[in-house]
Amino acid sequence: MIALEGIEKSYNVGSNELRVLKGIDLNIERGELVSIMGSSGSGKSTLLNILGLLDFKDQGSYTLNGQIIDHPSEREAAHLRNAYIGFVFQSFNLISYKTAVENVALPLYYRGISRAKRNATAMEYLRKVGLDQWAHHLPNELSGGQKQRVAIARALIGNPEIILADEPTGALDSTTSLEVMNLLKEIHKQGKTVIIVTHENDIAGMTERIIRLVDGRVQHGGHV
Amino acid sequence: MEIWSTIQKNKLRTFLTGFAVAWGIFMLIILLGTGNGLQNGVTQEFNDDATNSIWIRGGRTSLEYGGFKPGRRVKITLDDLHYLLRNYPQMGYYSARINVWGARVNYGNDFGDYSMRGVHPGHVVLEKTEMLQGRYINDFDVSNDRKVAVIGKLIANDLFKDEDPLGKYVIIRNVPFMVVGVSDDAGSEWEQRMVYIPITTALQVFNKSGNIDQIMFTTGTLPLQATIDLSERVKRDLAQRLQFSPSDPTALFINNANEEFARFMNIFNGIALFVWVMGIFTIIAGIVGVSNIMMIVVRERTQEIGVRKAIGAHPSSIVLQILQESIFITALSGYIGLVLGVGLLELVNKYLPENTNMFSNPTVDIRIAVYATIVLIVSGALAGFFPARKAAHVKPIEALRYQ
Repeated sequence: MIALEGIEKSYNVGSNELRVLKGIDLNIERGELVSIMGSSGSGKSTLLNILGLLDFKDQGSYTLNGQIIDHPSEREAAHLRNAYIGFVFQSFNLISYKTAVENVALPLYYRGISRAKRNATAMEYLRKVGLDQWAHHLPNELSGGQKQRVAIARALIGNPEIILADEPTGALDSTTSLEVMNLLKEIHKQGKTVIIVTHENDIAGMTERIIRLVDGRVQHGGHV
Repeated sequence: MEIWSTIQKNKLRTFLTGFAVAWGIFMLIILLGTGNGLQNGVTQEFNDDATNSIWIRGGRTSLEYGGFKPGRRVKITLDDLHYLLRNYPQMGYYSARINVWGARVNYGNDFGDYSMRGVHPGHVVLEKTEMLQGRYINDFDVSNDRKVAVIGKLIANDLFKDEDPLGKYVIIRNVPFMVVGVSDDAGSEWEQRMVYIPITTALQVFNKSGNIDQIMFTTGTLPLQATIDLSERVKRDLAQRLQFSPSDPTALFINNANEEFARFMNIFNGIALFVWVMGIFTIIAGIVGVSNIMMIVVRERTQEIGVRKAIGAHPSSIVLQILQESIFITALSGYIGLVLGVGLLELVNKYLPENTNMFSNPTVDIRIAVYATIVLIVSGALAGFFPARKAAHVKPIEALRYQ
């Protein structure tokens, strides 16, 4: 599903060049549930951005679902994100003035699907995450766990191959974290590729494989 | 609509922004309407006489010339008119004019004292006289010294009441004249109490000296400078014929209505330009306001724009969203300003007293409204442009990371 070879990425910090990724080789198969771990500064966020087509590599090759991703235009990248990737963020990133159902429906808006159809589909996905009762509430009327479930529904609605979750439980207590992780595992069982970036060992422990990043490289021998 | 939710979220801010634009358009419309009213008023004043005419009147010399002392009256006659007609083919409608003061007009037992003019047929164009009934003085009347008269509508009211005056005879200073027409004039009531008779008849019956008071003619479509040159040349020719110094300022008065009209038109063009410039600057102030607000909107919504991009919004759809909001706010509030401005003008127009000099029909026409709408949409797009570009450049990673 995902193949990275010799991915390098550096940022200019003032006059210095900061090398964040120093040659990442990585394969993630279709339907895997993996976690990416690393201390802060290990480059895991950068790697996530490159995987999610939010940022682009300097060197190396990235193949997503058989397509070589080589500095696509913003338009192409937006299209690929919409088609292949569902994002789940630590801070949920729901749009505050839209109701739960409108938030979930948003990716379909960018596919040009009619309002009636996308709202109906959004209700269906809210039901899957158990929040159909809350469909017409604004995000600030929901608890943290509920917000994250709305965000997961939003990530799923476009039927993407890959779910990228950036510290999905970072803002949640342990009980709620467990619920969210169970939901992500559920999604994985339905055949999606789920990639979770985390720094928490017990979260990583619930995945099939842990990829550890140390100083911009993958540390080998990470199977649990 | 996407727009509604964002606008409803920030009602006060949106209102204040819109207010700036609405006020700008409102002021532009009021200024334009006032300028138009002024122009219409003055143009109406000009409606009294043909605006492309030259009027010649004899004066009194103030310089010695050819052995004559100053202070001599310069007398013009029909011969001078005929001389001009022979030498200046560019003259269009023409007329000589004699004023006869205090003409007592009798009809049956009624009578009144009115003013009378001896004229050529062309006078009807030069004075912009309108015919309500019958006809004006014609060439046949002039060449046969016929005793026919055209009477002003107020004379017809005074003497004939409900009777039809055409074909009836009135007695003017003991001479019978047949009424052939009833006239009206936008100039004044004085001109609506005027009797017109053929110039030749007037010379024969009421003015034995042979002198005429004025010569007037139209200049067709000659451009302004050509009419100025023409009146200069006419003055030089007549100076030679009538023996006065061409540089004598009081011997002959030549009034070129073209010049006066052009001067007024220049003033109005100046006013119109001024109004547009003021209006545009007011609108620019509004645009800057909208642009500022949209800038804040983009900053506040950086995270939202980041999310939208992450889930598949193209940069163009983000630009479109910001532009849409900006155009929507400007167009709607501008439209409100437009409607209020036009409404106020209509109200003023409705309650404006009749016969207000120099001011009439202070409205803006549909063309101005269309221009204003185009200006609004363009300004909305301009106001949104920089914020939208900023929004398009939002990097989703940064937007989602740093909040």
